[in-house]
Amino acid sequence: MFLKLEFQEHKLSSAGLSSATRYLLGILITVLSAALAFVIIRSEKAAPDLATLATNKLNLSGVENPVTAVLLNFRSYDTLLEIAVLLIVAVSILPDRLPIPAATAKIQFLSNMHPHSVNPVLVGLLKWLIPLAIVMGGYLLWTGAYTPGGAFQAGAVVAGAGVALSLAGHHRFIWQTASVRISLSLGLLMFVMVAAANAIITGTTLQYPTPYAGSFILIIEVAATVSIAATLLLLFTQLKAMVEFTMKGNNQ
Amino acid sequence: MTQDLLYSIAGIVLFGIGLFGVIAAAHIIRKLIAINIMGIGVFMVLLATARHGTITDPLPHAMVLTGIVVAVAGTALCLWLALQIHQLDNTTSKDQPQ
Repeated sequence: MFLKLEFQEHKLSSAGLSSATRYLLGILITVLSAALAFVIIRSEKAAPDLATLATNKLNLSGVENPVTAVLLNFRSYDTLLEIAVLLIVAVSILPDRLPIPAATAKIQFLSNMHPHSVNPVLVGLLKWLIPLAIVMGGYLLWTGAYTPGGAFQAGAVVAGAGVALSLAGHHRFIWQTASVRISLSLGLLMFVMVAAANAIITGTTLQYPTPYAGSFILIIEVAATVSIAATLLLLFTQLKAMVEFTMKGNNQ
Repeated sequence: MTQDLLYSIAGIVLFGIGLFGVIAAAHIIRKLIAINIMGIGVFMVLLATARHGTITDPLPHAMVLTGIVVAVAGTALCLWLALQIHQLDNTTSKDQPQ
């Protein structure tokens, strides 16, 4: 069985390497690490040209936090592709082959599985924790313009609320609904739409005009937060469902 | 020895531990954890070398933020593939008898 296989004792020593090879490998990697450390200690730090450049141009970016400015304005191409990577992973993990649970007339994203076997302490905690996590996500999203924070941090916190709900065991997320697919792709769609609108108005795709840069970044970040939260939650719940599915199959 | 240097060296040590794990471990999940440790070591070095006295270079920070998200997505995809391998032939380790 998958979970039992993981940490069996005889697995610790293998990979087909003899103990002499392992020692040799250990020595080689120690030498490599020492060489890397030596290089880092000896090397002069590069002059912070880009750092001063980014700081000097900060007033053109529409935000006050240099990291957000780099992520969503100066190097927004990277962020666009990153959101595309997230969407690709989400699509490859979406449950096409898992059975649709208990066909109902109207499938809801969040459904209550065992409304009668509820642990009151757990529910009491979650009633505080989940709204708090969502508010925290909104705060992180907003504050990203001025101090560390932004779409990724906010998305991770909101996804954390969903993970807590999923681990509590009373609810399950059903990813076959259409709204889910919209929220998974919203970030990329909005990013591309902003870029296209910008291209029509100014003639460049991701070079925002300074007066509107702040609003463009906010629009993209709100959409990206929704997508990132949905993707991270999908990854967690799907892997959990898949492991449970596998274990059930092995027990029969 | 400055604080940045300490972080850089800790990052390199993590990288080394991860590299050993990737090569020496047999189980897919062990390899995956080792790759993640390697990645965290690289992130630490990037963050530590981004500091120039009072100025902090925002570029490596943005790069690490991107890297973390991509690493999470990649890890999830690898776990998914590991589960598929397990379902297909019931093995999760390359030297495990079938």
